[in-house]
Amino acid sequence: MGRSVIEELNLLAEKLSGKVLQNINSTRSGGGVAEVLSRIVPLLQQVGVDAHWNVIQGGQKFFQATKKVHNALQGKEESISSEEFSLLLQPSRGKIEDYLYGDIILVHDAQPIALVAKRREAGEKWVWRCHVDVSNPCPEAWDLVREFVVQYDAAVFSAASFSQELPIRQFLITPSIDPLSEKNRELSGNEIESVLAEYGIPQDKPIITQVSRFDHLKDPIGVIRAFEMVRKNIDCRLVLAGGTAADDPEADKVLAEVEERAAGSKDIHVLLLPPKSGIEINALQRASTVVLQKSLKEGFGLTVSEALWKGKPVVASAVGGMLLQVKNGFNGLLCHGVEGAAYALRLLLSNPEYARWLGENGREHVRQNFLITRHLKEYLLLFLSLYHPEDIIYL
Amino acid sequence: MKKATEPFRFSTRFHLKELTGLKAKSLRQLADMLREVPDSVIYYHTHHFIEEHHYLIPEPPNDFAVWVRNALGDEVLSERLASIDTFEFPTLESLKEGILSVIEESLVSKRDPRDAPEGREFHFAKSVSVILPLPYVAYDLREFVEVLREVSTRCLYFHIFESRLKNGQGMNDFSIWMRDTLGEAELADKISHLDPYNYTLEGLRSLLIQLIEKHIK
Repeated sequence: MGRSVIEELNLLAEKLSGKVLQNINSTRSGGGVAEVLSRIVPLLQQVGVDAHWNVIQGGQKFFQATKKVHNALQGKEESISSEEFSLLLQPSRGKIEDYLYGDIILVHDAQPIALVAKRREAGEKWVWRCHVDVSNPCPEAWDLVREFVVQYDAAVFSAASFSQELPIRQFLITPSIDPLSEKNRELSGNEIESVLAEYGIPQDKPIITQVSRFDHLKDPIGVIRAFEMVRKNIDCRLVLAGGTAADDPEADKVLAEVEERAAGSKDIHVLLLPPKSGIEINALQRASTVVLQKSLKEGFGLTVSEALWKGKPVVASAVGGMLLQVKNGFNGLLCHGVEGAAYALRLLLSNPEYARWLGENGREHVRQNFLITRHLKEYLLLFLSLYHPEDIIYL
Repeated sequence: MKKATEPFRFSTRFHLKELTGLKAKSLRQLADMLREVPDSVIYYHTHHFIEEHHYLIPEPPNDFAVWVRNALGDEVLSERLASIDTFEFPTLESLKEGILSVIEESLVSKRDPRDAPEGREFHFAKSVSVILPLPYVAYDLREFVEVLREVSTRCLYFHIFESRLKNGQGMNDFSIWMRDTLGEAELADKISHLDPYNYTLEGLRSLLIQLIEKHIK
C-alpha cells in the first residue's frame, strides 16, 4: 500500500474522531465473522478509530435456536418452534444489554439482532451487518428478522443479490483477508512440510482441499462424492479440514457424518482443527494442487480469497459471495453440482498450465478487491455516511 | 512560468456502494427502472469497473451490457450497450438517455424478450461519493506536475472522470483550472480531449505528466 493511500485512510479516520465504534457478534473464534473482526478491529484502532468488539453470551438452547434461524435465512427448511423464536426475541444476552456504550453499534448477523430494541437507550447509529446469503430466505425466518432489521439505520450485505426491499439504507461491502495474518502470510517449504507431516498427509500425489466449518451448508458429503468421481481417473488425495464455532451446535454431528462417509478411504483426510489454526490452514492451502469450496450457500467464503491469494486454482460453487470472487474461466472455475465440481477438478488436475494461469489471475483479483485495506476504507466510509444521507458527501 | 492567483486544490474521492433493493428481471423492467433511478445509479453501473476489475477481465464498460449478455443471452444488444462511448456524454443525465435509447430501440424489435433466470436479476446499486480535500495545492504547472506524481489514483480518478460528469461543465477539473485560472487554454484543451476511458489510471497519470512536461519545455 502506497504512502498516499495510507495518508488518505488516516484523513478519513480523523473525521470519525470522538466516535466510539462497538462491534457485537456471537463468537470470539470460529468462522469468518470472528476471523474478520479479529483482524479489522485492531486495524481500525491503528488508524485512530476508537473501535471495540464484544461477544454476546448464549447457552446451548439459544445457539440451537439461532442456528436454525441462521440456516433458514439461507433458505434451508427448518422447523422453528415458537419457544425457539422467543429465545431470539430476547435482546438480553448475558450482560451485553448493560454494556452498550458505542456511538456506532455494528451488530453482526442474526444472533444479536434483537439488541436493537435498546436503541433508545444506547448508541447514535445502529447498523446490521449481514454476513450470510439471504437472497432466498425462508419467509417465516425473514419476517422475524425483518422486524428487527427495519429498526436499524442501515444494513450491510456482502453481495447485491442479498439486498431486500427495506425502508432503511443498504450498503454493499465484501469481507476481506489480511495478507499478513498467520493464515495468509508466506510460508517456507519447511513450515508447510512440517504441518503436513503433523497431520500425516503425504505429498506423493495431487491434493484437493476444502477448508470450512463442518456444516451441512458447506456440503462436505458432496465434496467427498466429487472426489470419488475424480479418483476414478486421477490418483489424488482429499483433505477436508475445518473447525467448529461456539455458536454452531451442529458441527459435531456433521463431523461424525463426514468421518463415517470417509471411513475406509486412506486418501481422504478429515481434519478437525482447533481454533487459531491459521498456520495449519495456510500450509494445507499452499500444499494443495486445487482448492475446492463446494458450499450450497455462502455469504462470502473467505477460504476462496485465501486460496486465490496463494495463487491456487479454485473450484467454487456458483452461489452467494463466491460469484464475486471467482470469474469463471478467468481466475477459477464455478460449478453447480457434484458432477460439475468433479469435472472442474479433473480439468484443473489434467491441465496444470491452465490451472497456474487461473491461480495467477486469482491472486491479482484478490489484491485489487479483497484485501483488508479496502475493507477498512469501506467501513470508514460506511460510518461517515451514517451521518450524511446525501449521494455526494463533501468532508 | 505562469502563476495562478488561485491555486488548484487537490481532492480525493472514495466511493461506497449503496444497494437500492430494486431489481429487474426483464429488459422492459430494466428500462422502466433506469428511467426512475437517480444519477448516482447510472454513475455506479457505468464506472465501478474502472476501479475494480478492468485490469483482469476485458469486460464491457457498463453493467447493463454485461447483464444483457450473461443473464438475457442477447449478445447483439450487449455489444451495442458496450459500445456506448461514455466520453461522448457531458452529463450523467445525457448518458442515461443514451443507454435508454439503445434499450428502447431493441425492445421495439423484440417479439418475445426473454426474462433473466431466477437469481440472475439486475440489482440496481448506486455510488455514494465521499470527497475529501488533500493538503496539496499548485500555483503553476511545475508544482502541479509534482503533486500529480504523488497523489493516489483515486485523486486522479476524481478530478478526471467524476468531476467531468458532475460539475455541469462537461470538462475535467484540471482543464477548467488551466483554462480559466492559469490561462493555459491550449494545454487545457489537449487534456480535455483525452479520452480517459482508454487508459488505465496509472497510464493516464503518465500521459498527463508527459503532456504537461512537454508544455513546460
